[in-house]
Amino acid sequence: MEISYYPGCTLKTKAINFETSALALLEKLDVKAIELKDWNCCGVMFSQSQDNLMKQLAPIRTLIRAKESGRDRLLTLCSMCYNTLKRSALFIQENEDKRDKINDFMDLEETEYFGNEIEVVNILTLLDEIDKDKLKASIVKDAKDLKVATYYGCLLTRPKEVAIDNVEDPQIMENLLEAAGCKPVYFPFKTECCASFQVVSRKDIARERTRKIVDSARKNGAEMILLACPLCEYNLDKLQKELHEEDSTFETLPVLYVTQLLAILAGVDPEINDYSKHYIDPRPVLERKGLL
Amino acid sequence: MAISLNKEKLRTQECEKLQEVSGTNVYSCYQCGNCTAGCPCVDAMDIPPHEVIRLAQFGQIEKILDSNTMWICASCVTCSVRCPRSVDISGVMEALRQIALQNGNEDVTKLGELSSEELEELPQIAVISNFRKLTS
Repeated sequence: MEISYYPGCTLKTKAINFETSALALLEKLDVKAIELKDWNCCGVMFSQSQDNLMKQLAPIRTLIRAKESGRDRLLTLCSMCYNTLKRSALFIQENEDKRDKINDFMDLEETEYFGNEIEVVNILTLLDEIDKDKLKASIVKDAKDLKVATYYGCLLTRPKEVAIDNVEDPQIMENLLEAAGCKPVYFPFKTECCASFQVVSRKDIARERTRKIVDSARKNGAEMILLACPLCEYNLDKLQKELHEEDSTFETLPVLYVTQLLAILAGVDPEINDYSKHYIDPRPVLERKGLL
Repeated sequence: MAISLNKEKLRTQECEKLQEVSGTNVYSCYQCGNCTAGCPCVDAMDIPPHEVIRLAQFGQIEKILDSNTMWICASCVTCSVRCPRSVDISGVMEALRQIALQNGNEDVTKLGELSSEELEELPQIAVISNFRKLTS
């Protein structure tokens, strides 16, 4: 299967582990992700205001590139890209006059975008579509009932119109990980916000969020936190390190992209992960389970 | 919070602008408080989300703009998905930020105050989304 792939800015830098592991995993599952040519930033956050159309240009331009690729589905790994692209497409689908204004503004583009030509697909949805027997057959390492906390954050499940699964209790990640031999733990904080971009201007808020989320995962027996958002990854990983430096009794949990673990279980060389990008080293847990 | 109201103080025109920019009807709210109960950042807010909507219903937009509430909101949309009356509270917060920035409110995040180490360290998506929400 072939699918267009939109990386977005952070997947090429801070979240490079997400990209390398996801692409290696998809290759094992016979999915070919073809990167869009000449892509730009998606704008990161969907603009919720009705009168600021300028902020819709970046995502719509990205969708134009996808339309020009000739394939009708667009894969995103980053949950922020997923959310922004999908909501912008819905926005112009529902507001014809605004759609025309946006297209008029971009009249140098050879292609117009109307809102429903491209299906934006998140990596979790794509993995969920793959037959579970096929997924199970691709798993070559025993996870030995590794206990994982699956963290979705905000943008994969909210708002309802773009949610990849149930808004309050999504199960996509749990199903994938169970098929791969892991034991997802009960984790009531799985869709709670990590304070997102507030980490830039109000780190104190983001820290308290991290403390609550990690405490919940640990109290429920998790050995690691798995997620699919580069900003959640940064917040939970980096701020745990800070909390631990401040108070050594605060116990940390390693944070990995769900594709990092799945790729290892599917037999991808664990060394494709750049472990220096982690603030909390996940190698001791992986070693304990014999996965390195 | 006690506020006294009279005909002159009910600034419905400003509330209309808020509703236009946010695309939501604040008069649908019946003050159940679900938005505030689920808000991850409410502890740091001057005015909790359900009170913001109540003040908006009375046209007290100035009072809301004087608070820090919309600058603390992380746009996680938990409030909007849980609202039994389909009020897009998260959209109202965005509209409040837009109105404040258009009114000449100083940027909450100042690029110049971020050190080069911080900018190097933070993922691009953190910095860009912060600027998209908190600067003009």
